[in-house]
Amino acid sequence: MSKMHIKLTVNGQEHEMLAEPRELLIHTLRERLNITGPHIGCETSHCGACTVDLNGKSVKACTVFAAQANGAEIKTIEGFAGPDGLHVLQDKFREHHGLQCGFCTPGMITRAYRLLQENPNPTEEEVRFGMAGNLCRCTGYQNIVKSIMAAAAEMNTAKEAAE
Amino acid sequence: MKDLTEDQIERAAKLKGMGTSRKRVEDVRFTQGKGNYVDDIKLDGMLFGDFVRSPYAHARVKSINIEEAMKVPGVVAVLTAKDLEPLSLHWMPTLAGDKQMVLADGKVLFQGQEVAFVVASDRYAAADAVELVEVDYEELPVIVNPFEALKSDVVLREDIKDETSGAHGPRNHHNHIFTWTEGNEAATEQAIDSAEVVAEEMVYYHRTHPCPLETCGTVASMDKVTGKLTVWGTFQAPHVVRTVASLLSGIEEHNIRVISPDIGGGFGNKVGVYPGYICAIVASIVTGKPVKWIEDRMDNLMATAFARDYWMKGRISATKDGKITGLHCHVTADHGAFDACADPTKFPAGFFHICTGSYDIPAAFVKVDGVYTNKAPGGVAYRCSFRVTEAAYFIERMIEVLAIELNMDAAELRRINFIRADQFPYQSALGWEYDSGDYHTAWDKALKAVDYEGLRKEQAQRIEDFKAGKTRKLLGIGLTHFTEIVGAGPVKNCDILGMGMFDSCEIRIHPTGSAIARLGTISQGQAHATTFAQILATETGIPADSITIEEGDTDTAPYGLGTYGSRSTPVAGAATALAGRKIRAKAQMIAAYLLEVHDDDVEWDVDRFSVKGAPERFKTMKEIAYAAYNQAIPGLEPGLEAVSYYDPPNMTYPFGAYICVMEVDVDTGQWDIRQFYALDDCGTRINPMVIDGQVHGGVTEALAIAMGQEIAYDDMGNVKTGTLMDFFLPTAWEVPNYTTDHTVTPSPHHPIGAKGVGESPNVGGVPAFSNAVHDAFRAFGLRQSHMPHDHWRIWKIASDLGLHA
Amino acid sequence: MIPSGFEYHRPSDLPTAVKILDEHGDEARVLAGGHSIIPMMKLRMADLSHLIDLQDVASLKEVSVAGDTVTIGAMVTQAELISNDALAKAAPILREAALQIADPQVRYVGTVGGNVANGDPGNDMPGLMQCLGATYVLYGSDGEREVDAREFYEAAYMTARADNEILTHIKIKATTAGYAYEKQKRKIGDYATAAAAVLIEQSGGKVTSASIAMTNLSDTPIHSTGAGDALVGTACDAAAISSAIAAMQADILPNEDNRGPIEFKRHVAATMLRRAIERAWSRA
Repeated sequence: MSKMHIKLTVNGQEHEMLAEPRELLIHTLRERLNITGPHIGCETSHCGACTVDLNGKSVKACTVFAAQANGAEIKTIEGFAGPDGLHVLQDKFREHHGLQCGFCTPGMITRAYRLLQENPNPTEEEVRFGMAGNLCRCTGYQNIVKSIMAAAAEMNTAKEAAE
Repeated sequence: MKDLTEDQIERAAKLKGMGTSRKRVEDVRFTQGKGNYVDDIKLDGMLFGDFVRSPYAHARVKSINIEEAMKVPGVVAVLTAKDLEPLSLHWMPTLAGDKQMVLADGKVLFQGQEVAFVVASDRYAAADAVELVEVDYEELPVIVNPFEALKSDVVLREDIKDETSGAHGPRNHHNHIFTWTEGNEAATEQAIDSAEVVAEEMVYYHRTHPCPLETCGTVASMDKVTGKLTVWGTFQAPHVVRTVASLLSGIEEHNIRVISPDIGGGFGNKVGVYPGYICAIVASIVTGKPVKWIEDRMDNLMATAFARDYWMKGRISATKDGKITGLHCHVTADHGAFDACADPTKFPAGFFHICTGSYDIPAAFVKVDGVYTNKAPGGVAYRCSFRVTEAAYFIERMIEVLAIELNMDAAELRRINFIRADQFPYQSALGWEYDSGDYHTAWDKALKAVDYEGLRKEQAQRIEDFKAGKTRKLLGIGLTHFTEIVGAGPVKNCDILGMGMFDSCEIRIHPTGSAIARLGTISQGQAHATTFAQILATETGIPADSITIEEGDTDTAPYGLGTYGSRSTPVAGAATALAGRKIRAKAQMIAAYLLEVHDDDVEWDVDRFSVKGAPERFKTMKEIAYAAYNQAIPGLEPGLEAVSYYDPPNMTYPFGAYICVMEVDVDTGQWDIRQFYALDDCGTRINPMVIDGQVHGGVTEALAIAMGQEIAYDDMGNVKTGTLMDFFLPTAWEVPNYTTDHTVTPSPHHPIGAKGVGESPNVGGVPAFSNAVHDAFRAFGLRQSHMPHDHWRIWKIASDLGLHA
Repeated sequence: MIPSGFEYHRPSDLPTAVKILDEHGDEARVLAGGHSIIPMMKLRMADLSHLIDLQDVASLKEVSVAGDTVTIGAMVTQAELISNDALAKAAPILREAALQIADPQVRYVGTVGGNVANGDPGNDMPGLMQCLGATYVLYGSDGEREVDAREFYEAAYMTARADNEILTHIKIKATTAGYAYEKQKRKIGDYATAAAAVLIEQSGGKVTSASIAMTNLSDTPIHSTGAGDALVGTACDAAAISSAIAAMQADILPNEDNRGPIEFKRHVAATMLRRAIERAWSRA
């Protein structure tokens, strides 16, 4: 099969490459671009460990061909921390023990980011529903939910202060 | 202990030692996607290996044709058993004293079994070639039921069909593996025969799988120039892997370096040695290039490890007022195609004989028969010490059944049979010495916390409402009081492949007073880098933030048996405390010299040694460390280092009281966890935040197991639950919030009194959920219904009880 | 889990897409969200030489509500279905059902067209569209034609769509009927054990029309006219609901799978339908 020219902007940086159309986005990120934060957990779009933010949507990169993402803007966990330190979600996951083995964490935080963009004031129920595409085997979710609620509160406080 | 002064409290707080909910040091990396898991490893020229797997559960392999596969661009080699045979690596020894095919040698014995190993430039080429390997199979009769296996003429293991004895004694049938017994059979039979009340039940704990989010994998790299083999992998016991790799390959152990990088959850799945590891190593030796093997999720669920699959036939006897007099259990254990159970050598059924649980039972007897079937090998301890969760489930179900037989409240039945606090150390009828416990206190606290009496009243009302047609939902109150046995274990009776189950810690204090400590264990999410530093902070007075913890690299870490069976805190944690005390002992001599007093005239004071009676004269640990390296001290070697290898005198016995309140919809079988209360007593608590996290996660795994998670086979031996669509892992939506609580009964024999907690919530959680389901239907006549309690099985209970009429 | 190789096409208009389909016959498939076809390809249960990605065909992403005619482009995602307020007003059952499909990530990508066209009996939208009496617009080299959703499904993965046609739009009539979508599943992300879509219109306390469709209880979605008819003219009382359930039971043919045996599925089907009727009636 012929290779195709693919252009992706990942965490603000442009990448161009030649790849087989069948190459899965998760492999493009992990193998070609060394962006190994998104992980492979189930390969059938159930676990969400591979979640990235693609054109403003949370997407499971194991079930997207890189060809489909051609031209897309992608944000992964590597794009969250800035020069001032951790993103508030990263900080709150740490503060509230929202992770253990860390394998699901990049997908969790990336998904939580989009959830809070769309719903800055979620109830606990909305967080649980909005995070239901991400599996965690370690935490039982309780502290993940707590971390996201805490992040939402802090982001809102910061927003109010800025206004 | 003297009360601490304000100054001392302030200094202790700065250490972030034991008892503080110190934030995890691991998280700065993990939250930024900077973990380093095995599939993140990339080496120059690295090849990728993938398996051709058997579609059949039992078949003869007549031929394997690799010609077309070899034509795929990028394919370097396709290995079959024939290629491994000259190296004697086509079979490998299992942890249970059996042997297992690395690649199919003449036949396959379970679906998903490894048949050939394709090595190619990348995973895409490897996958293409896997499809093109032509294997000619001749199907054979399949046996997926252990009771049938023991009656069948079909010989599963032709390689040992004439052997009348195996690693654990005599075999009485060609599909039989071993019979193992413990306890006094005659006394138990006598107790049951003469009892006023006897309850009998078959309790099945279904086959399931640990399914960590990261599957198993490895990268093997043989450097032909140096002759050194480096193996990265998802190993819960890296040092054992090194020794086994050396014994199998003939490569001297100093030329093998095994590294467990970050591990994305283990739960027992990553204890075993799998064909993928062997094949990657062989492929690297053959090709001279690094070879990576990462299983996919279907491979993982089909082939590497399983857990449970215990048919437990029980009889329990009591006086008519509920005092238990005897317990008899006969287990038929389905071990799959090869006996690859991960248990200490002398215990083919693990510590199943903890099955007298929290109760003072004068006579007990256990018999376990291991059986071969056409199912995957494994039998790992899925978030439990060896077979302890099976034991806990068994006794907690038998208690409930006995309560029904006695027409008695199950909470009261437990209370009158608990081992009393004054009976510890307690000698169980099945040979264990329970170290410490205070079950009555924990139980009363738990019942009070949930308002047990109020719940029972509500339940009674619900039953009336149901009968009156006012509701279709029943209320179940699931009780559990569990006792675990963890921290394997004393070298005198615990070993794996001959290696004693001690563990270790090595500490090096740097001249400026910070430190590095290395251990023989390996974290898979349990926060070792955080919590072991806390133990050391308390023991040495060096702030936890100034202590680096390293594990998992066999070239640098001291030898240890790894992390599983909740053994890290009981064994390596003890080694850590004792190594810290060795540091302190030397520090005391240095401090005395510096303060110009006798050794006995200084005393430990949080983070320093001070002169007795003159606390203003002191040397901090930081000052002592500097002096240790930079000042000539008569009679003392320079430096400040210590090593401790800890052989525990006994196991530890954590316990807990769990209560689950569940709503059950009789028309749909749907359930809703309204409340879950978990009280754990794990002895001394090192980091309460981490303990709570362990409990949340463990109870959630228990919920999954009890309420839907299983590895199911059809009659042809096909795995019906091979993806995460069908293998139940709950999401945040299905999982409730848990209430955690604790009592503290330190272990008397452990240097810091800690017992281990990681697995308690799974051990205690499963019976709590299952008992809740049973309890919801108790008033309508339910005695026993097998897990998993998924919707249709719950519906079936209601249907069989006539509740749909 | 690695798919076989294929050629990738990303046309920007329908004629080009259809031309590629014509050229390659059953070797080619169109790709919408891909969350059904890509896992199948990764499991190597679907082997295709050409994949035609429709994401650049702008006309397929449009939603229009004109009078009482609602047109939904095939490439509209479940997430867009949920967030579109005009749709929620015109046919609120769409949002209620879409929220019960898969999980958030899958709903961002999964499309309504892919969901209805694939012919997977586990998908929720086909039954829903039958309940709504939707019409599917199919586009091929011979032009456009319309097929009633109730006539579209022939067997599992077999539909009235020809290999060289593309399902481009779904047309429904806006409805103020009482509605409910009741779905039982094992967990978020699962297909239905059983699901029922119900629309009920009433006048003066009597049912004037009722439409009922069931999901994952046969190898196609089942629009049970008998069940709907059983309610018409009644006050949706217990006897009427029982008749509707009995009629539905005569129309479905569930299979045993990991979700449970046939008798269980029939019981859950009845329970879902009862609850859906009761809820729809309360909203009628």
